[in-house]
Amino acid sequence: MDVVVRCRNLFKTYDGKVEAVCGLDLEIRIGECFGLLGPNGAGKTTTIEILEGLLPPTSGEVEILGRNWGAHQRELRELLGISLQETRLSEKLTVRETLKLFSSFYQFPSSPQAVMEEMALMEKADTWVGKLSGGQRQRLAVAAALVGNPRILFLDEPTTGLDPQSRRQLWDIVRQFQKRGGTVLLTTHYMDEAERLCDRLAIIDHGKIITEGTPAELIKRYCGQNMVEFAVTPAIDGGGRELWQSLPGVEAVHEEDGLTSLSVREAHQTIPALLEAVEERGWRLVHLTTRQASLEDVFVHLTGRHLREE
Amino acid sequence: MKVEEQPDLTSAPVTPPASPRPAPTNGRWAGYRGLLTARMKELWREPEVVFWVFVFPLLLAFGLGIAFRDKPVGVTNVAVVASPGAQRTAGWLNKISPRPAAIHADVLPQAEAFNRFRLGKYALVIIPQAEGGLRYRYDPARPESVLARAQVDDALQAAAGRKEVIPTSSETAVEPGSRYIDFLIPGLLGMNLMNSGMWGIGFALVDMRQRKLLKRFLATPMRRGDFLLALSSSRLVLMLIEVVLLLGFGVLVFHMRVLGSLVSILFIGTVGALSFGGLGLLTASRAEKIETVSGLINVVMLPMWVFSGVFFSYERFPAMMLPFIKALPLTALNDALRATILEGAPLATQGTRLAIMAVWGGVSFLLALRWFKWI
Repeated sequence: MDVVVRCRNLFKTYDGKVEAVCGLDLEIRIGECFGLLGPNGAGKTTTIEILEGLLPPTSGEVEILGRNWGAHQRELRELLGISLQETRLSEKLTVRETLKLFSSFYQFPSSPQAVMEEMALMEKADTWVGKLSGGQRQRLAVAAALVGNPRILFLDEPTTGLDPQSRRQLWDIVRQFQKRGGTVLLTTHYMDEAERLCDRLAIIDHGKIITEGTPAELIKRYCGQNMVEFAVTPAIDGGGRELWQSLPGVEAVHEEDGLTSLSVREAHQTIPALLEAVEERGWRLVHLTTRQASLEDVFVHLTGRHLREE
Repeated sequence: MKVEEQPDLTSAPVTPPASPRPAPTNGRWAGYRGLLTARMKELWREPEVVFWVFVFPLLLAFGLGIAFRDKPVGVTNVAVVASPGAQRTAGWLNKISPRPAAIHADVLPQAEAFNRFRLGKYALVIIPQAEGGLRYRYDPARPESVLARAQVDDALQAAAGRKEVIPTSSETAVEPGSRYIDFLIPGLLGMNLMNSGMWGIGFALVDMRQRKLLKRFLATPMRRGDFLLALSSSRLVLMLIEVVLLLGFGVLVFHMRVLGSLVSILFIGTVGALSFGGLGLLTASRAEKIETVSGLINVVMLPMWVFSGVFFSYERFPAMMLPFIKALPLTALNDALRATILEGAPLATQGTRLAIMAVWGGVSFLLALRWFKWI
């Protein structure tokens, strides 16, 4: 399997003290959509900007398509499409003019017309950027990255602040790009986005990768298949942890706000045992639900915090 | 690695590139042309730019040209303080004073005469004295007041029978080239080149930096040199329009005479525009916010507004300041423009001034490149 982006032992320290990235290793394979998932401030943007060659690492190596930023800057720029977390494009240029401008920088660009058609921007082709909605602007930002006809697309928080429909539109665009053989690296703090869009992902916290794999693997590895959530009266303040752990099929226990979450392999084995245990002790269940485990549960399991807490 | 067909740029445009690649669709200068085109469109669509760069200097020239137009010196208004002989004195002045520079005398009570003198309605107050003489009240700091004193004195002495010792006559000379508007237009041109250079480069760059647009450009294969070149080129295009517009306005509206060649004027304009472009780049080299750069730009421009002889000759400043004033780029630009436009001085004689501008621009440019914060 060809690795198109690789970094080893990446460190980035700001002003000699703030460690934004500490010892990060990544390998992104050709044709996959790789996600960096983590809460705000985890070091996602710093990492992606180092990979994009926009930020020098304090130490560590970056290799993209077998090249590195020191020696092959120009060559690499031709091969990458980059959308930054926040860029305000010129408001007084139209969509078409903006894409023309960006395409003029590349030796082998796509035609702005075709990119607009693909990105559903034709209706707005001659509208000033200043008059676009948030979703349209974000599509234009991605279009400006695609118009260079890149092999790898870097998207930093591409759907932050977008409505559900615009998010889905962007996901489709990413999938189309992938279908044509493109590789995508994106950062996100939306676990549903990571789960649906990414072939593989790395969960990143405090500048380190805490785990890595396909979404399904990660969920299975840390949270079993299902989550059983319940609450009992009288409240037993964490005293039940060992009891819950001993129930059949339970892989992990997490308690929060009086609600206990069990990661289980098979809910139909765990639930009868749970009901029995509660009844034996004369407690009463006041709440019980089961659901599919998600990446959010993985993150909570690994860090004890929620993704969107900060 | 997957190898695909050569990308067909018309039908399957977003295909990830294949290898080997065909000849590039975009040549070496495509990026520069793209940037310049985009920049010109943006400028043209910015009403503020159109106003400040094109309309404002014309309004200023028009307003000042009207206010300070050269007219025959008007009637000199003088007041005679009411007293027994006052009517006779006023009558003499109104009747005898030489034409067309007439004197108009009014008889008024002393308090009112003094008050209106203070407000500028009268240039001089004549106070008849008890013993028969006259006393002049005038302000030596007001040119028209000094003039009125001499005029009135002449008229009254002549009326009293003074004989001219030497017969004299006079002729008038009001020629285009020596009027205030002629002095003003090259100065406005210089000031405008400074304003639009500093704002057009300095402000634009920091604005792009603040919007992360600079960073976004750097994430493409765009060459940094092309970017700066396109920005400078857009300045030169504007410079061309500014020069033609202001000079054309001066010629058409105020019948100004342009003695130097247009080529020389444009050359000086180019050096000036680039010089201020360099200064603009330097002020913008590190600022992160447009508020910061706005302050910096004003700090850089303020001394030149005051000292560089835009609206009045800098010769009015103390002699010891002149070397400093002449070393300012706007002074050099204004002087070179005036010499060329008003006196038809050949370009060769403007070497020092051009060199001053080139040094300012060149040194700023080099420092800016060293310090410039792209990301």
